Amino acid sequence: MSEQQLFKVTIDNITIEVAPGTSILEAARKIGGDVAPPAMCFYSKLKGSGGKCRTCLVEVSKGSEKDPRPMPKLVASCRTTVMDGMEVKNITSERVVDARAGVVEMLLINHPLDCPICDQAGECHLQDLSYEHGREGTRYEFQRRTFEKHDLGEYIQLHMTRCILCYRCVFTADQLTNKREHGILSRGDHAEIATYIEKSLDNDFIGNVIDVCPVGALTDRTFRFKNRVWFLKPVDAHRDCPTCSGQVTLWYRGDEVFRVTARKDEWGEVESLPDGTTAWICNTCRFDKKHTGDWVIEGPRKISRHSVISQGHYVGMHKPEETIEKVLHGRKPRLMMDIHSVSQVNQPNIDLSQIEGPAHSDDFNPALPKKD
Amino acid sequence: MGVKLLLDKAHVEGIRYFDVYRREGGYRSVEKALKEMTPDTIVEEVKKSGLRGRGGAGFPTGMKWSFIAKPEGVPRHLVCNADESEPGTFKDRYLMEFLPHLLIEGLIVSSFALGSNATYIYIRGEYAWIPDILEQAIEEARANGFLGKNILGTGFDCEIYVHRGAGAYICGEETALIESLEGKRGNPRIKPPFPAIKGAWDRPTVVNNVETLAAVVPIINMGGEEYAKIGVGKSTGTKLISACGNINKPGVYEIDMTISVEEFIYSDEYCGGIPNGKRLKACIPGGSSVPILPANLLLKTAKGETRYMNYESLSDGGFATGSMMGSGGFIVLDEDQCVVRNTYTLARFYRHESCGQCSPCREGTGWMEKILKAIDTGKGKMSDIDLLWDIQRRIEGNTICPLGDAAAWPVAAAIRHFRDEFEWHVLNPEESQRRNYGLAHYADAREVVA
Ligand SMILES: Cc1cc2nc3c(=O)[nH]c(=O)nc-3n(C[C@H](O)[C@H](O)[C@H](O)COP(=O)(O)O)c2cc1C
Ligand code: SF4
Ligand code: SF4
Ligand code: FES
Repeated sequence: MSEQQLFKVTIDNITIEVAPGTSILEAARKIGGDVAPPAMCFYSKLKGSGGKCRTCLVEVSKGSEKDPRPMPKLVASCRTTVMDGMEVKNITSERVVDARAGVVEMLLINHPLDCPICDQAGECHLQDLSYEHGREGTRYEFQRRTFEKHDLGEYIQLHMTRCILCYRCVFTADQLTNKREHGILSRGDHAEIATYIEKSLDNDFIGNVIDVCPVGALTDRTFRFKNRVWFLKPVDAHRDCPTCSGQVTLWYRGDEVFRVTARKDEWGEVESLPDGTTAWICNTCRFDKKHTGDWVIEGPRKISRHSVISQGHYVGMHKPEETIEKVLHGRKPRLMMDIHSVSQVNQPNIDLSQIEGPAHSDDFNPALPKKD
Repeated sequence: MGVKLLLDKAHVEGIRYFDVYRREGGYRSVEKALKEMTPDTIVEEVKKSGLRGRGGAGFPTGMKWSFIAKPEGVPRHLVCNADESEPGTFKDRYLMEFLPHLLIEGLIVSSFALGSNATYIYIRGEYAWIPDILEQAIEEARANGFLGKNILGTGFDCEIYVHRGAGAYICGEETALIESLEGKRGNPRIKPPFPAIKGAWDRPTVVNNVETLAAVVPIINMGGEEYAKIGVGKSTGTKLISACGNINKPGVYEIDMTISVEEFIYSDEYCGGIPNGKRLKACIPGGSSVPILPANLLLKTAKGETRYMNYESLSDGGFATGSMMGSGGFIVLDEDQCVVRNTYTLARFYRHESCGQCSPCREGTGWMEKILKAIDTGKGKMSDIDLLWDIQRRIEGNTICPLGDAAAWPVAAAIRHFRDEFEWHVLNPEESQRRNYGLAHYADAREVVA
């Protein structure tokens, strides 16, 4: 192959060289870390995806070497290709931070926030996004939009109320399976994911919609309410599958396999195989092979995403200082109650049931004047 | 009487039919264009005419045409945008219903200029009776050798197809229109690529408004330079305005763009003033998406100069004190109208019409509607007004297509100019249900003038 000319692009003051045709988002992912904008709808393995959620908006402060004018509007980095000499601001732009906070707020106003009963919790991109870019309260004071739950065939449940309309599942159904039976009905905030006249999704590869869904709108019925993902241990395994690559991640608790998923990279996307194709898995591997004996085990899987799944296995993390030990003069705490003996505000002898309404710190600190 | 280039023959008996239309000088531009001109010289004439798109954005048509890609062996398409669904805009309907041949004539010339052998009219679904009129005109034109194979023996082939929409405002956005034309869900595409490079069926495509394409007829007949002499500055030629609301004579008017807003509202030739002796309160001068202006800023600019009915003058002052020509839907509000209620009505429309692809537009339009409803029904809070401002600010400019902006602008302008009316609603929840806000200080400039 002849030497391809590379484009220089600077994102948040870090310069990188990428092939022409690369999107700003992909260039930023090459740099990694906080420079990579969050992406809720773009999925590099799905043609045509992206541009919709608007979480990946960035500011182009210099268009290119040839035409240095800045772009007037923020652009969707997942669908904007780099130019030679382009300069992009992501987290270094106040406009971007503000717009992104707006997008997160919009995505949440109609979201049920039912994380405590959602199977996706712990590996949900909307959770991550809200922690990183959201605000703590909501300014939305109206009833939230709700839909009935639907079982889409034997394996998949659609919880439309949680859907953020990223269209990933639509592209998946369109590009991976041979019939088009899944799409979007209606417009605007009343739009919904639907199968054509309530047909169930029975294609061999349809289970992949569960993996591409960034939220808990499409979940695995065979895993429903069985466990929390952060209690499970991911292990890479493979089998000789006549339908798909057979390369999966098994999710164990003890020696029981609770669920099977495709292998995902640090951006939450299904990995590529050495031949460049995507390692989608078939329904048989995903839903029917739940015994260790079905698989050749490769070893524990590293989850590089900053997700609760990787608790205890974070890479490059700075641990906070052990303040409790300091407070206890070097003694390891036996119980959290230990702290009470040295804390100003806590009075273990206070009977909570005697306090009217929720307790206030003043209730524990007699030194302060009581509030009415 | 102002110059009329489009509607001059509108009242001729039977002008809807080919024979009458032809006798009145119709289809001359096709003969001239196909026999005496080349596609390039037509584009040149349109450039010289200074014609700007009449669909809302006002983009120079000649320039748009010159952008169309011409890859070898790939067909190109012209698509006429007849989706006209913007509240307050109904000029294309009038033109198609009464002068269908004018549109067909413009389409043939434009198709020749752009090299489109298959041209489409995408028409709003609710205009249920108009496709028949257009199809009849197409049949007549074909029967007389102006459409079909080898038109007028020049070797140019052209067919025009009428495609009915299914009732979605968003399908007026050019890329959503193309998707819908292709038989898909009408979601706007992410640009680039622009339609001029990759449009319908991935072929180079130009989408133009009905009125834009009709205006090509007088441009070819009289020459671009002559056309450019009508009007003022960059607002050349004539413009159709559909006027509605509290006026004595609602309807479609063709204006040359030198008349003042005041003349347009009060002269008997146009709107004929405001009924029942009421005072003018506000006006949305270019279709529901453009900023609303209070009477004082409508008739005079912030600098105290007369405001005229043209692109530059209507946008004088930017969004702070000006508005836009938009699609020419001129909505007049008298002193009895409530700006909060009006804004709520518009917000409800945009919420209903958002395609739902981008999160800020999908969620933000619904949120704004709910807050406006609360304020309108006396359940609002002071902080809601700032919240509304914040929501619209975060929609504007952050979406795929301009519907997001179109939803944000009316809310922004209403708060900008009528904040006290919103506050009055919040502070007087009961009274606001019974009577309209007093408005003395938006008083009609007419009282001063007359
Ligand atoms: C939401 C939306 C609706 C639109 N509806 C129409 C329409 O009904 N008719 C129209 O001519 N243009 C409409 N437009 C503008 C078109 O996208 C496009 O700019 C226009 O058809 C170009 O034609 P012109 O250059 O002749 O004005 C709409 C744009 C948006 C964003
Ligand atoms: S169901 Fe999931 S993948 Fe499908 S559009 Fe909704 S959020 Fe996206
Ligand atoms: S701005 Fe609104 S109408 Fe336009 S693409 Fe986005 S969601 Fe659809
Ligand atoms: S990831 Fe780019 S818009 Fe959704």
